[in-house]
Amino acid sequence: MVLKTEEVLLNMGPQHPSTHGVLRLILSIDQENVRSADADIGYLHRGIEKLAETMTYPQLVPLTDRLDYIASVLNNHGACLAMEKLGQIEVPLRASYLRVLSSELGRIANHLLYIACFGMDVGAVTMLIYGLRERELVLDLFEMLCGARLTHNYICLGGVRHDIPDGFIGKCRAFLDFMPSMLKEYRELLVGNRIFRQRTRDICRISPETALDIGLTGPSLRASGVNWDLRKAEPYSAYDHFDFEVPLGKRGDVFDRFHMRFLEVEQSLKIIRQVIDKLPEGPVRGKVSKVFKPPVGEVYVQIEAAKGALGYYLISDGSAKPYRVKIRVPSFSNLSHINMMMKGWLIADAIAILACLDLVLGESDK
Amino acid sequence: MTETETEFLTTTPPGLTGDEEKNEKLLKTIELKFPNAVEESQVNLGELTIVVKSEHLLELMRFLRNDSAMDFKYLADISGVDWPDRTPRFDVVYHLFSITLRHRLRVKCRIGGDEPAIDSIVSVWKSANWHEREAFDMFGITFKGHPDLRRIYMPQDWDGYPLRKDYPLRGR
Repeated sequence: MVLKTEEVLLNMGPQHPSTHGVLRLILSIDQENVRSADADIGYLHRGIEKLAETMTYPQLVPLTDRLDYIASVLNNHGACLAMEKLGQIEVPLRASYLRVLSSELGRIANHLLYIACFGMDVGAVTMLIYGLRERELVLDLFEMLCGARLTHNYICLGGVRHDIPDGFIGKCRAFLDFMPSMLKEYRELLVGNRIFRQRTRDICRISPETALDIGLTGPSLRASGVNWDLRKAEPYSAYDHFDFEVPLGKRGDVFDRFHMRFLEVEQSLKIIRQVIDKLPEGPVRGKVSKVFKPPVGEVYVQIEAAKGALGYYLISDGSAKPYRVKIRVPSFSNLSHINMMMKGWLIADAIAILACLDLVLGESDK
Repeated sequence: MTETETEFLTTTPPGLTGDEEKNEKLLKTIELKFPNAVEESQVNLGELTIVVKSEHLLELMRFLRNDSAMDFKYLADISGVDWPDRTPRFDVVYHLFSITLRHRLRVKCRIGGDEPAIDSIVSVWKSANWHEREAFDMFGITFKGHPDLRRIYMPQDWDGYPLRKDYPLRGR
């Protein structure tokens, strides 16, 4: 007797613990296999680009905080670099070092949340609490630095908002000394775990050519073996003063995409240690006129944000407000080919694939 | 700390600026291969921008991706820009990067009319898919040959194109 089966349309709705935000996935499934996946985004669309046209350039920076709210400092960094290139503003070296410091702390915060949520999605629920516990240490550092835990608004036009307070360096060093023992714990819990490996190894392998073609950037691209890290390839803000490695994956599967971020945390700790050791004296803000009016022109600046390549395309018409701001967000491009990635895998694998991409819908929807 | 002792890092370190030689070479190669396509070109802040006619766009993009001296395998971004006081009204801006040869290019195309349309480059770079959908959603630019052109941020039955300059900030 042959059983009649048919494809079922499953709505992995906007409210779901595993979708990392308000993402609606319309899955067409046949028994347990995913036949197609369509991503419906726009639930968190706030019109950031339209709002940006009504704000002055310095006002744009707190607006960018709300894009990738997990690691807001990196969004500020990109926006300020783009504005400074347009207006040809000089940034003091100490400010550049502090930008690197805060950016790498932001990257660690992002990756810790990623590791925590990935563990939870795959089933290791303990990982969520462990990752968030360590993330609290980073957020404490941010609170000491700029007063805010989430939407930092620390990097501003011309430099950084204020200098590091007393005691910050000591607390930072303590964090750097403490973190490796925690990473060892995560390694034992997840990376070395046989069940975790079975759930993530060889799932959704993406070749390097495909990865570049579909627009993947960041750790997901490097997991496929493409050596493209903007901090090394096109160094900005004193990144070329520091010595660090870029982890590369071999297979491009879910496990590699996860492992890249794990290794990047170790590299970020290395960079922060060098920043603190070599921090020069000096002012933390360059000269910026009271009303910032860059000359007519356009500029496109890409930085290595925590999730991928974050690009800002600014068009100036000579006035104090930008004419057009287009933000190229990594989550948007990473999510775009979810159909190709999920096709043919089981529903459980589909969750792992979605989790490994590191999405945040605030960024994706702008 | 006196002014002379302060160390400054200019905002255009090697990473963020294009190479003058590379830009010149790029421009020459493109103009040689497509003599009628390039309307104007400009280098500003180290970035090369070329404006091409929309009928030559698809062929030029295919050349830029597949030719070994160009090797623009990474399409970073597609944006629409609205210039309401100008005809043609819209600009479609493509940002291309080459990872192996480390050069970059901005390609612009001017289109207008009541129903602005341009060729889709999804057949060249798959990553163009969602970027073109976004330009369609926000500006109303149709991409001919796009496999799945529908709105991406706004609901499917939305009326109007939000990022156009005549669309109010708070919506309708």
